[in-house]
Amino acid sequence: MRIKSALAAVAVVALAAACGSGGGDTGDSSGGSGEPVKLDFLSLAWQKESVEANKAIVEEWNKANPEIQVTYVQGSWDNVNDQLVTSFEGGDAPDVFHDDSPALAGFASKGYLLDLKDKLPASLQNDIPQAAWDTVTFDDGSGDQGVFGVPFLQESQVIIANKKLLTEAGVRMPTPAEPWTWNEFADASKKLTKGDTYGVAWPMKSPVNKVLNLALNFDGTFFQTAGGKTTVKVGPEEKAVLQRIHDQLYKDKTADPAALGMGTADPLPGFFADKYAMLPVGVYLRQQVAEQAPDGFEWVTLPPLKGTTSNQGAVSQTLSVSADSEHQEQAIQFMSFFLNGKNQARLAKGDWLLPTSQEAASDPSITGQEDGWDVATASAKDLVVAPFLKVNGYDEWKSKVATPVLQEFFANKVTLDEAAKRLVEEGNEVLERYQR
Amino acid sequence: MRRIPQYAALLVYLVFLGFPLVWLLSTALKTPQEMASLDPAWIPREPTLANFAAAFGEQDLVGAGLRSLVVALASAFLTVAVALPAAYALARYQGVLKRIALGWVLVSQVFPFILIIIPLFMVMRELDLVNTLAGLVAVHVTFTLPFALWMLQGYVRSVPRELEEAASVDGAGRMRAIVSVVAPLLAPGVVATLLFSFISSWNEFLFALVVLKDPDVMTLPLTLVRFTGPEGVARLGPLAAASLMATIPSLIFFAIIQRRLRSGLMAGAVKG
Repeated sequence: MRIKSALAAVAVVALAAACGSGGGDTGDSSGGSGEPVKLDFLSLAWQKESVEANKAIVEEWNKANPEIQVTYVQGSWDNVNDQLVTSFEGGDAPDVFHDDSPALAGFASKGYLLDLKDKLPASLQNDIPQAAWDTVTFDDGSGDQGVFGVPFLQESQVIIANKKLLTEAGVRMPTPAEPWTWNEFADASKKLTKGDTYGVAWPMKSPVNKVLNLALNFDGTFFQTAGGKTTVKVGPEEKAVLQRIHDQLYKDKTADPAALGMGTADPLPGFFADKYAMLPVGVYLRQQVAEQAPDGFEWVTLPPLKGTTSNQGAVSQTLSVSADSEHQEQAIQFMSFFLNGKNQARLAKGDWLLPTSQEAASDPSITGQEDGWDVATASAKDLVVAPFLKVNGYDEWKSKVATPVLQEFFANKVTLDEAAKRLVEEGNEVLERYQR
Repeated sequence: MRRIPQYAALLVYLVFLGFPLVWLLSTALKTPQEMASLDPAWIPREPTLANFAAAFGEQDLVGAGLRSLVVALASAFLTVAVALPAAYALARYQGVLKRIALGWVLVSQVFPFILIIIPLFMVMRELDLVNTLAGLVAVHVTFTLPFALWMLQGYVRSVPRELEEAASVDGAGRMRAIVSVVAPLLAPGVVATLLFSFISSWNEFLFALVVLKDPDVMTLPLTLVRFTGPEGVARLGPLAAASLMATIPSLIFFAIIQRRLRSGLMAGAVKG
């Protein structure tokens, strides 16, 4: 809906231009006459600890830099792209803003974002691995590749498990050095399924990104590019994860089909009531588990599963600078401070996500055993850029083709081969339109 | 005895209407642990005010509420002030202009907001109205006006023209007839329109999101959304507490003017 609205708004750019854009004065900043430069920073942090960390870092900056004052503005994930499109077109965008890498691709090609290539300090550039930079490297609309944000938070898929049930079932406890394979996971799920307890719940209300990110465990990319043309591909590599989840649901009967329609956090009541022993979910869900678990409930975070590889696809949360910002240099200075290793550790802890900064990744505050931080942080090493991130038309393929097809497949209404055929044929029709 | 089925139906309807509000209250008083219980209860087992403390402590709900109140009241009264004379003219005068005006009102209702939001934003910038409550009031009045006009002209039409003619026979001029005869009969329609405009403005989110940038001028809907995260995940407790607080002004406003609204509906039925 968010994307749809944003696209609708973009579609009327021509109309907007016809109305006349008028002057370009943003009216709120100076910097030339001894007054401090004023920057607007739109943040999407929403967890209590994360908002506190954001505010504290901005306050520290403002105290140390009286000549560059930053105003912290809290936005919301659900509406940020509508808000940004309007601001970009109206010439009143925030100087620095928080978003995620899938949104940046479209903004970059329309020239809304400052290309940060060669503009960032080496310390920041070197502290973040190339795999993360890949998630913010896009076509600038003229065929050149640019860097349109600084990636700072990422999410991996881990397994949150009921410790008591795991111990009772006598299964091997996986570690980051020796994670479970998908086969071991299936075996453990069988051992954990007894009475009213299912071994696992797969919340699949929004199945596409989850399946695509996990498919990399078996080198499944779902997209292939040849001769400059991208098409959908569903071969044995892509089918592996799909088949394994389906087997748990209908062959092994170790996964509860009733959980399929749930959103990520919805199975938690069942998890706390021993109805589900394990939840394959994003690392951030640990926050809700820690907050909502009944007294005495013991839970553990298990490392990501391993197929032929441990790779998982990832996108990033990002900070970017508006191309129209009058104070780009100062905005980059602020952003570099905001995302230094020490601060990234604070932000990651506040949001229960993984920092891209290598310095932050070794910070004691996010590497301890409490709440599974050691396992979560260790999982960052296997994150690679999600293959769908750079596919034009992915959003439409996801909403119009992949989501309904995968839902039907997981509901056992179509076979894997039928689902694969539709994902490819209907998907290629969609992608074709974006490549003319 | 014959009324028992009617009362039963009314009771079911009341439960249907009241359920979300009661559940909101119940959620606002629950601990995070109880919210994640597989066996939800209407009455919290360990009632807590922590969600209210979090909601008020973390966000400026009072300030945002006051700003929303100012915007909603100003929008409601301005809308009625502009719509009332126009509605009278539309209802009483015949001609091409009337048909064009009514057609325009209808067309404006089917135009998707999202398509005009960028040009609107540019106009607002030219007028220095971005980031001001006055700007938001102007937008709310503009977008509530067509429907308010449509509502009010229906009410004006339901006042028989003969009453005005009778007044003029008794020596009253047109203004006198409008003020002393038509206006009192229109009170219920005015109240209904005020209520509609107030609630539209009080709940409005998208334009406020685009027009207001500064944290110090943000309205209540923009503040409530800060308790939600991506993909529908939310901090349910503080969100429920804040939402409950946000419904109170609407309820008070409605309680104050509902008597007139009710009698207005009856008056309309009889006259119509």
